[in-house]
Amino acid sequence: MSRFFPLSDDDRREMLRKVGADNIQSLFSSIPENGQFKETLNIPSYSEQELLNVFRELADANTPVRSFAGAGVYAHYIPAAVDSLASREEFLTAYTPYQPEISQGTLQSIFEYQTYMCALTGMEVSNASMYDGATAFAEAILMAKRAVKKKNTVLISDAIHPHYRKVAESYLKNLGITITAIPTVNHRIEMDVLVTALENEDVFGVAVGYPNFFGIVEPLDEIAAAVREKAPKAMLISVTTEPLAFGLLTPPGEFGVDIACGEAQSFGNYPGFGGPLLGFLTTKQKLVRNMPGRVVGQTTDVDGKTGYVLTLSAREQHIRREKATSNICSNQGWCMLRAVIYLALLGKTGLKELAELNHRLAETAKTAISKTARFKVVPGMSFNEFVVRSDADLEDFVEHAVVNGMFPGVRLSKFGLAKDEMLITVTEMNTVEDIHRLVELMEAAK
Amino acid sequence: MKTLREKEKTIFELGGSGKRGMDLPKPEGLAPAAISGPCMRGVAPDLPDLSEVEVVRHFTRLSKLNYGVDDGFYPLGSCTMKHNPKINEVVASLEGFKWSHPMLPYGMVQGTLKAMKMLENALNEITGMDGCSLQPAAGAHGELTGVMMIRACQEKKGNSRQIMLIPDSAHGTNPASSAFSGYEVKEVASDETGCVDLKALAEALDENVAGMMLTNPNTLGIFEKNIQKIADMLHEKGALLYMDGANMNAMMGKARPGELGVDVMHLNLHKTFSTPHGGGGPGAGPVCFREHMAPFQPTPVVDGEGGYHKLNWNCPDSIGKVHGFYGNFLVILKALAYILSLGGNGLEQSTEDAVLAANYVRASLKDDFHIPFDVPTLHEVVFNDKLQEEFGVSTLDIAKRLIDYGIHPPTIYFPLIVHGSLMVEPTESESKEEMDYFIEIMKKIAKEAATSPELLHDAPHDTPVRRLDETKAARNPVLRYGGGKQ
Repeated sequence: MSRFFPLSDDDRREMLRKVGADNIQSLFSSIPENGQFKETLNIPSYSEQELLNVFRELADANTPVRSFAGAGVYAHYIPAAVDSLASREEFLTAYTPYQPEISQGTLQSIFEYQTYMCALTGMEVSNASMYDGATAFAEAILMAKRAVKKKNTVLISDAIHPHYRKVAESYLKNLGITITAIPTVNHRIEMDVLVTALENEDVFGVAVGYPNFFGIVEPLDEIAAAVREKAPKAMLISVTTEPLAFGLLTPPGEFGVDIACGEAQSFGNYPGFGGPLLGFLTTKQKLVRNMPGRVVGQTTDVDGKTGYVLTLSAREQHIRREKATSNICSNQGWCMLRAVIYLALLGKTGLKELAELNHRLAETAKTAISKTARFKVVPGMSFNEFVVRSDADLEDFVEHAVVNGMFPGVRLSKFGLAKDEMLITVTEMNTVEDIHRLVELMEAAK
Repeated sequence: MKTLREKEKTIFELGGSGKRGMDLPKPEGLAPAAISGPCMRGVAPDLPDLSEVEVVRHFTRLSKLNYGVDDGFYPLGSCTMKHNPKINEVVASLEGFKWSHPMLPYGMVQGTLKAMKMLENALNEITGMDGCSLQPAAGAHGELTGVMMIRACQEKKGNSRQIMLIPDSAHGTNPASSAFSGYEVKEVASDETGCVDLKALAEALDENVAGMMLTNPNTLGIFEKNIQKIADMLHEKGALLYMDGANMNAMMGKARPGELGVDVMHLNLHKTFSTPHGGGGPGAGPVCFREHMAPFQPTPVVDGEGGYHKLNWNCPDSIGKVHGFYGNFLVILKALAYILSLGGNGLEQSTEDAVLAANYVRASLKDDFHIPFDVPTLHEVVFNDKLQEEFGVSTLDIAKRLIDYGIHPPTIYFPLIVHGSLMVEPTESESKEEMDYFIEIMKKIAKEAATSPELLHDAPHDTPVRRLDETKAARNPVLRYGGGKQ
């Protein structure tokens, strides 16, 4: 008998009597006889002790290495307090806060998260989270479409994460929306190319990376000015995979973007093979009724006490059904909680210091790599990620590095992009010694 | 303890400047910063600086304003709030898993990929389906994925069908997911037994129907007894059957959707498979499908041929990607741990106990609360407030009064086809004592409704906040600290 079941056989007999059933099987008589499954499911069971060994063995089958992997998922140190607080059962085992009187912990945490995200991005409103950066991006485009009726084209920069682009394609292809690429040169938008693209009068949205997928901090001020001038009605969407950058970068809100979205896994969540992640979506107050997802608002109770509730639900599927702004229901609540705890620990001072540490470590790596014979850094102002180009066989190089205990970066050919380039990410988890080791491996590359 | 009843200030009213809750390494010999121009942040974001202890106290106090499934009975219908085994968390926290990066070469993540394959296989066994994609991040995301697959399948056959049929008892995500796949939604009425009205279905069904989304057991807890017939009717017209598997906890080991004519379905790992709901996710909504739907599943596909696991990206008919990477992997691990803790027999026992529990509550309360559909139910039972209406007491009052007695209210006002519904799903995780307490309290509340209805109108009495003004929240939205007119 499993340790998960609190009913004893005596309980079961007594309950069956109360129900008026002869046996348990009779409770399933509404399932047509020819649809009943008469066998036993072929799945083994393990004691807790054995189970842990099964999973330890699997976890040990993954190869641990020093790593410069990023490309949308980042390894950052997670303070012990994040794990400890987030694992409190009152947070972890609660449902979506449908009963606000007994869910103020979750609701206030969301309200605080919304405030943090607004401060980081320079926006006025944040929702309570999306599944991940890629779906937040797709939903941001749909939101822009709702805000600008009668136009059907979205311009997407080629320097946005290729997976985000793929997810957006899946989401948009059945809805009659045309995606037009903004081509890039050396992983950057050229202003005259953007201006030409904006001449299309059907454009309802323009999406650019900030920093972009290749780590480059593009001039969002110039981009925003061009969009405002050429397509004043279009929504400008900024996409960020590494919002730690906002510790050093002017927030997108200051450049007047309409929707700032992306991935906030960097804040207190593990890489976890790419999930669960934490999609964020922030916007302007005037667009709030077009926003997808849950949002928490402040109000008062019958005694005049301040409290928090899920609000603006007239946008949502449980009220509006097929006319909702999104089909999202469960989101990434617990990842959001981890993020708000992390940001609370980081504070204003810590955010700046950590952003600087990431950036300066990456600059250190860029400087050192620039001096190697066969690897060159693709130029551009960057935060903690950058592209290197090499005439060495990168597949061999990565393989050789891995054998030597180092994952040197993500080859862009993994995304169907250039074979001679790789994306290197440096965070506070990498030491100066790691960087030296990486450069040594590059020096030795054939 | 006073802390249990006190409000907690927002974090922005705490702390100050120059404190730290996290310290950093200070490596030497770093290159200087190289951010300049208009993109260099002039003013740091205005975040409070707090020490570790202040952050710990703040979130610990906030946690005490919450109610989780570890606290007690949580009969939230259609949400399957079962026990979240503690070993699940240990498993998902193993270093080799939590730090595994999605862009590493396959050879470095063999354990991760193998675990994914193991869960796919287990879910196929449970559902009787042929294939499974773990990419969707939640139930509604699974619905969207499944409906996109239906669309891709129909288009491959050259059919540009426009309509998705959905019963009127369905969850709101069903019509929303259909609309986001570009379908027009047509509602199908339920009959007097709470099941799909076959006559209404026959009338709605034509060559323009791409498929039907059917929740089974439906949101009334009733098994759709005609599901095989419905599948035949759809298939005859070239339409496909999607099953919303949110209620799979009612049929594990008892019936397999793959053997009932279902083409594609989703499961909610955060319901049936015990992963914690986290106050609103992360969930996971794997999609299971029959062989003929496999070409349309999201990319990439985990391929374990010959014992070496890799991701196959070469799927020309796929709907594409629906997640930035491969789904909520750490949630997937928790569900796998649960399934392997129980095994085939244990999963069936879960279903039996869950159905027994719901029927026990139903039998015990049938004289005190009205049951609108008097037909056999499985894992949940829907009551309503018909017997209480004459005292001016509503479902909301009953729900709020339960809080006074330390019980989480059931799902209320859903499904929409029942006026004032109270949807109770006890799950297999409740002891008889816990259920008896709930029954006793519900009977007491039924009496209170008749004798002192104001007790119910004013409930809850003893919570950190009492009934909140939701109209005010929506009319004058204050969505961040310092935002709006506070």
